[in-house]
Amino acid sequence: MSLTLEEVEHVARLARLRLSPAELEKMRDQLSRILDHFQMLQQIDVSATPPTAQVTDLINVMREDEVRPSLPREQALANAPEHQDGMFRVRAIFEDA
Amino acid sequence: MEYLVTIGLEVHAQILTRSKMFCGCSADYANAPPNTHVCPVCMGLPGALPVPNRRAIELAALTGLALNCRISHENVISRKNYFYADLPSGYQRSQYDDPLCVDGWVEIEGDNGPKRIRLTRVHIEEDTGKLIHTNDGGSLVDFNRAGVPLMEIVSKPDISSPEEARRYFQKLRQILVWIGVNSGDMESGALRCDANVSVRPAGQQEYGAKVEIKNINSFRFLERALAYEIERQIRALKAGEPIVQSTRGWDEASGTTVAQRTKEFAEDYRYFPEPDIPPLRLTDAWIAERRAELPELPDARRRRFIEEYGLTAYDASVLTDERAVSDFYEQAVAAARVRGVTPKDVANWMTGELFRLLKETGEPLESAAHRLRPEYIGEVQDLLNQGVITRTSAKEAFEASFREGRSPARIVAERGMAVIGAGDALTDLVRQAIANNPKAVEEYRRGKVTAIKYLIGQVMKATRGQANPQAVQQALEQELARE
Ligand SMILES: [Zn+2]
Repeated sequence: MSLTLEEVEHVARLARLRLSPAELEKMRDQLSRILDHFQMLQQIDVSATPPTAQVTDLINVMREDEVRPSLPREQALANAPEHQDGMFRVRAIFEDA
Repeated sequence: MEYLVTIGLEVHAQILTRSKMFCGCSADYANAPPNTHVCPVCMGLPGALPVPNRRAIELAALTGLALNCRISHENVISRKNYFYADLPSGYQRSQYDDPLCVDGWVEIEGDNGPKRIRLTRVHIEEDTGKLIHTNDGGSLVDFNRAGVPLMEIVSKPDISSPEEARRYFQKLRQILVWIGVNSGDMESGALRCDANVSVRPAGQQEYGAKVEIKNINSFRFLERALAYEIERQIRALKAGEPIVQSTRGWDEASGTTVAQRTKEFAEDYRYFPEPDIPPLRLTDAWIAERRAELPELPDARRRRFIEEYGLTAYDASVLTDERAVSDFYEQAVAAARVRGVTPKDVANWMTGELFRLLKETGEPLESAAHRLRPEYIGEVQDLLNQGVITRTSAKEAFEASFREGRSPARIVAERGMAVIGAGDALTDLVRQAIANNPKAVEEYRRGKVTAIKYLIGQVMKATRGQANPQAVQQALEQELARE
């Protein structure tokens, strides 16, 4: 199964990756081979196997509705490249697409 | 040509919990300084482990039951992947294949009588952060709201007009606030909706192209945005222009909907099960516990008020609009009945004097009820029924109770408002009136019966209106007959 270049471009855009034409070709080849592999797996009959999202066997891990201390703001902002008025500062949201 | 309008609503309602959906940060973000309710989980830092809030799940299931949904036994939390600066981890935890609640309905007053708006689903998710756009080309992000528990309530496209959409949204708000799962505060964004609307010529089978209007946080905006959008689409269809499936926003200043940048389509969200959260398996016993938590809902209570208390449809509707008002009414009725005061009289006091006073002070009943206790309504009506006070005095005592928090009986006693109805005090006043007005007495004796009216007036004046005119007349007739 071979992906089209447009499909690769689309997936790259969703992941916010800018790829050169050579990289796009390389990714098309590698992603196509991964899909081939899954296509092989899909031939296995799993009609008797329940869908499984997890293998921990845990269920219903919940906590009580209690407020715990949050981080001090200086610490919350410590890794931010830029902040202003106690908020994270990022590039304008609407400029790219 | 006639056009058919098809509307569906996606309502986002924050779940009223103390802490956030997957961490212990406070969910009360409204007045908190930016980024003071944040932790590694709700900031999406690597290695942080989210743990679902039990109460949030319970309240979401309670909502499903109130909206006539079926509760799913198997629940998986999924990651909905997209990039936006208000979403710190690059995905929103939500539900995809197996929503918590499926297939419900809400009954509204439709354009042509009662109508059921069917629901597709109610699922749980987390709210995003808040963005503030600066005028120097940047955006500021506050993550206090990120991770606040949220429900998405999705209707089927059963709504046929902007008015129906508003009534449906209002009904949802009433129910959510009534059962205590949402604050109903639309201004702060605790309750908001997206509306999907399409238009097609009558007779056409397939739906027209769907336009989504995002992030509406008022009933009025919803109605206006839909009315505008429907007109815009009909005009386009008439002009032979195609309607493009798109996302728009309501701009209140211009009174128009404005095209927005289209985000990814559903298949682009690349949903997959959240590996950090084990499945939630809800048993029948657990669901039964939720059902037991469900209070009597407003519609049921409204019908009961009509049947049990003989209220008019209007009074029953007004008295079941809000839970606190409705509960207060029932407490007042219970106390009033002991004194032989009717539920109808209690309703009159509430919809008349009480609502007037609440409007004047601008406070919710919950706070006024610390002063005006439910039993005071029966008390004041009882004093009136017994002839102890006049109707004017009853209103005065009621208002004083409302403002000062003392019982009507005490106020009547302290202010000497009791009618001078009989006994020595009245007899004295009557004798004085007879002694001071020989002319009127003479006329009465000569057979001019109406002359007694003048004497009644004199007694009333002497009591500053605090006498029962019938009792005064009786006492006068007795005294005049005696001589
Ligand atoms: Zn947190």
